[in-house]
Amino acid sequence: MSTYTAHFRVWRGDADGGGLRDYRVEVHDGEVVLDIIHRLQATQAGDLAVRWNCKAGKCGSCSAEVNGRPRLMCMTRMSVFGRDETITVTPMRTFPVVRDLVTDVSFNYDKAREVPSFVPPEGVAPGEYRMLQEDVERSQEFRKCIECFLCQDTCHVVRDHEENKKAFAGPRFLMRVAELDMHPLDAAEEQGLDRKRSAQDEHGLGYCNITKCCTEVCPEHIKITDNALIPLKERAVDRKYDPLVWLGDKIRRRT
Amino acid sequence: MATDTQPPAPPTPPAPPARHGVLSAGRAAIAARHLRTDRWWLQPLLTALGLSAFVVYSTWRAFANAYYYAEPYVSPFYSPCLGSNCVDMPLGARWPLFGEWWGLSPALLVLIFPLGFRLTCYYYRKAYYRGFWASPPACAVAEPHEKYTGETRFPLILQNIHRYFFYFAIPVALILTYDVVLAFRDEQGAWGHMGLGTLVLLVNIALIWAYTASCHSCRHIVGGRLRHFSKHPVRYRMWTWVGKLNSRHMLLAWLSLVSVALADLYVYLVASGAFDDPRFF
Ligand code: SF4
Ligand code: SF4
Ligand code: FES
Ligand code: FES
Repeated sequence: MSTYTAHFRVWRGDADGGGLRDYRVEVHDGEVVLDIIHRLQATQAGDLAVRWNCKAGKCGSCSAEVNGRPRLMCMTRMSVFGRDETITVTPMRTFPVVRDLVTDVSFNYDKAREVPSFVPPEGVAPGEYRMLQEDVERSQEFRKCIECFLCQDTCHVVRDHEENKKAFAGPRFLMRVAELDMHPLDAAEEQGLDRKRSAQDEHGLGYCNITKCCTEVCPEHIKITDNALIPLKERAVDRKYDPLVWLGDKIRRRT
Repeated sequence: MATDTQPPAPPTPPAPPARHGVLSAGRAAIAARHLRTDRWWLQPLLTALGLSAFVVYSTWRAFANAYYYAEPYVSPFYSPCLGSNCVDMPLGARWPLFGEWWGLSPALLVLIFPLGFRLTCYYYRKAYYRGFWASPPACAVAEPHEKYTGETRFPLILQNIHRYFFYFAIPVALILTYDVVLAFRDEQGAWGHMGLGTLVLLVNIALIWAYTASCHSCRHIVGGRLRHFSKHPVRYRMWTWVGKLNSRHMLLAWLSLVSVALADLYVYLVASGAFDDPRFF
């Protein structure tokens, strides 16, 4: 119930280099980390670059790492830290830095483009799509995604191995593949696009070792690993490693 | 000045120290491999200790080849007993399918199935990738490895056969269930009795079934692979039900691991005479 002075360490710099800089800054009741960053900007570091928009955990802009954990700054309450704790704020460490807390997240947009979009079913005009709730429920969970890319940032496949960025779409976009593959009206298969197979062959599903860090950091609490990645792995197994399913499909297609 | 000679090639600069992962060029220059301040190492440590303890215990018991049967109980490690060298178990599941040539502990013949099931289980994979292989040790904590290919190649690509182990896990659980039924007898084989050991085996089999049913492959097979739940109401209901169990898969994995070890330990204590099984009725 009061105001106090906190010790912040904020990463300042750009692609050529930089480092953590110390600040003492006032904190009021009920504030979040983003408030403090804004206060720094207003009072001591006018040129501090930070990306934000909604301050309500819905735009996905203010992703950063607070005490080493990928988080939305606007959803990280100051009250979770002790008053004498040093709070370290850095940009996301998986993407190239632009300046201060701002990173270049275009990796994610490139990956988004690599996932073939929804294939409209033949003979059903837009506006005539009818789906039952139980059929869309599963993919609705994935549509809560706010594209903050914290999952992409945390995933060790690319965070710890730059060279894997080429082959691996990351949890957010593998989840997109799962969403479309579970979509009741997606006609990809009829058009010859096998999303189950391409999840593994083209989007690098096999790199994921289901260690669940994406799930741990998702601010929307999407069960990315349990509900998207593992089911997608099982679907890939149907196609690639399960002779029984393969045989069953063959027989059914003949009849 | 025009000249047709090529400029001399610049001397090759000394190779910079290999920088990868969070230290890669272009990323924010931070020397620390991670900046977490919480006890992120605790969970992988506890996981590694817990799994190691089980591995040590079960290796000892699997090779021991003794004290696994005490009428009417048989240890889950030794059931069904497929070797001809099993102790005489007048009241237990015993099918000497393997002939005389098998001289090692009969536990080894059956344990490969639960072992394979658990080794390829999605939860245990997470547990040992984090706990033993540090890949990653914890979220946003850099892993020590230079290269990473995940489950894209041999041998880890074999994790994809998990569902076959799931299929095998069902008969294994059925046989253990049969053992529990047999445990409702007294030492002379008369039905309708129960002792503490019966209860131990009963709790164990309940946890084993819950763990098996909560398997991700099970969830996929019963309904997860469908595109239209609305066309398969029964499978949809089963999928929903398995999904509920599945959200506790990690808990069930640990509980059933502990219970199977305790069940074996109980039989060991009774069979070796260290403990007298209290009979309820
Ligand atoms: S579960 Fe898979 S996708 Fe998610 S963070 Fe771990 S390795 Fe990456
Ligand atoms: S899945 Fe979650 S963590 Fe990943 S981008 Fe979407 S909201 Fe962010
Ligand atoms: S500012 Fe929009 S999510 Fe934080
Ligand atoms: S037993 Fe764990 S996922 Fe199948």
